[in-house]
Amino acid sequence: MFIKEYLSDIYHATKSLLTGMRRTGYYFVNPKEIITEQYPDNRDTLKMADRFRGEVIMPHDENNQHACTGCTACELACPNATIKIITKFDVTPEGKKKKALDTFVYHLELCTMCNLCVEACPTDAIKMGQNFEHSVYDRSMLLKKLNKPGSKIREGVE
Amino acid sequence: MFSLQGITNGIQNFLKANFGATGVLIIESVIVMMLAITLFATLGLVLVWMERKVAAQMQIRSGPNRVGPMGIFQTSADTLKLILKEGLTPDGADKFLFNLAPFVVMIVAMLLLAPIAFAKGFQVWDINIGVLYVSAVSSLSVIGILMAGLASNNKYSLLGAMRSGAQIVSYELSAGLSILAIVVLTGSLQIGDIINAQQNGWWLFKGHIPVIIAFIIFMIAATAETNRAPFDMAEAESELTAGFHTEYSGMKFALFFLAEYINIFIVCAIGATLFLGGWMPFHIGNWQGFNHIMDFIPSSVWFFAKTFLLIFLIMWFRWTFPRLRVDQLLNLEWKYLLPISLFNLLLVTVIAILGWHF
Repeated sequence: MFIKEYLSDIYHATKSLLTGMRRTGYYFVNPKEIITEQYPDNRDTLKMADRFRGEVIMPHDENNQHACTGCTACELACPNATIKIITKFDVTPEGKKKKALDTFVYHLELCTMCNLCVEACPTDAIKMGQNFEHSVYDRSMLLKKLNKPGSKIREGVE
Repeated sequence: MFSLQGITNGIQNFLKANFGATGVLIIESVIVMMLAITLFATLGLVLVWMERKVAAQMQIRSGPNRVGPMGIFQTSADTLKLILKEGLTPDGADKFLFNLAPFVVMIVAMLLLAPIAFAKGFQVWDINIGVLYVSAVSSLSVIGILMAGLASNNKYSLLGAMRSGAQIVSYELSAGLSILAIVVLTGSLQIGDIINAQQNGWWLFKGHIPVIIAFIIFMIAATAETNRAPFDMAEAESELTAGFHTEYSGMKFALFFLAEYINIFIVCAIGATLFLGGWMPFHIGNWQGFNHIMDFIPSSVWFFAKTFLLIFLIMWFRWTFPRLRVDQLLNLEWKYLLPISLFNLLLVTVIAILGWHF
């Protein structure tokens, strides 16, 4: 009985080791499996994953309009004060005052790409961008204004 | 046909014609020394590059590929960096032993080069107890490692050195017993005789299953003796930072690093000599035609091909298997490898006495 157990131990150990060696051996003879991206060389063809979070961006359409109502939900959701919303009051054609976005201040140097602001946004005005090449020589250059100059809120977004 | 024997004989005759007996001896010693140092430097560069490439491919990476084509000059650049670095000696270290240890490890590796036959008639010293010499001297390398660990004044180094001691002393046994299997079959300890006995086929194929088991045990023990993963308890990066060479830097570290790779080469060369026929081409029994075709490939090519095959095997182990815990390591040796190799030796002896091998 002891001998049987002893031999079966050896058999199973050898078998599991050979399974591992077969896997690495397969990778060794199949160099096309290599997943390394030759980054600076393939910059033009580099394809990032869909869910990659590089920075917060605010998409603008062709009329230079965005979907941000200035509700500050993202500012409240942000865990480390990355976002600062400055609002103003627009005057509607009926002569009423309406709260609107003046400046969307985004501190990239504080951002941890946690995605909470995107989830908090009720109008899908912001999303995570794919760009990751953020190196600059001065930290102040990381402070960004996300809404383009002269942009307005899109019609119908409340 | 290319033959190293022709070159050595030519040099020998030239020297004999021009110098006295002592002069010939001195000049030949100098030539051998130069060759050994050149071989070591080249092997260090080639093996480190090979290791990094093999590792990368097995882990689905591409490895060094910036310095030169396919990164072949990467190791040269690394060596240059190590030469330029300062060799620190820590406070409270035993300065003499600390500085001596890398050289002890290196000299042991150099001594092991003596009985290895690189090609037909190309051997430094065909000593008549060649195999015994190899197994005796290879166990000396543990002295250098213990020296480094004790002298470093560092707990990690000491632990690494102690583990290495326990490991090498244990695995020497099964390595010795598996070597003994071939000695029993050949009836000689001389490397030259062992190679000549494989004229009609390598021992791995001639000796049935017991020799294959001995070969597997030898490879396991060789991996353990060279302190490589999965038996790299002496270094164990994740436990002991770098084990016995934690405190070493610059060229002294490079010597340890080089000695590790030289030791791999030497144990693989021994394995190739004992089990795969050394420089002996691939012969099958009495197939004269086939054997004759195989003889056209130079013997040095055969030797290096076999050695690098075994080196690749050891690298394959390293990049596949996880590291053993220290008690598992000793369990493997004392509960499995040693009883199996003892029983195996008995089988080989029976085969040798009854003449069942081919």
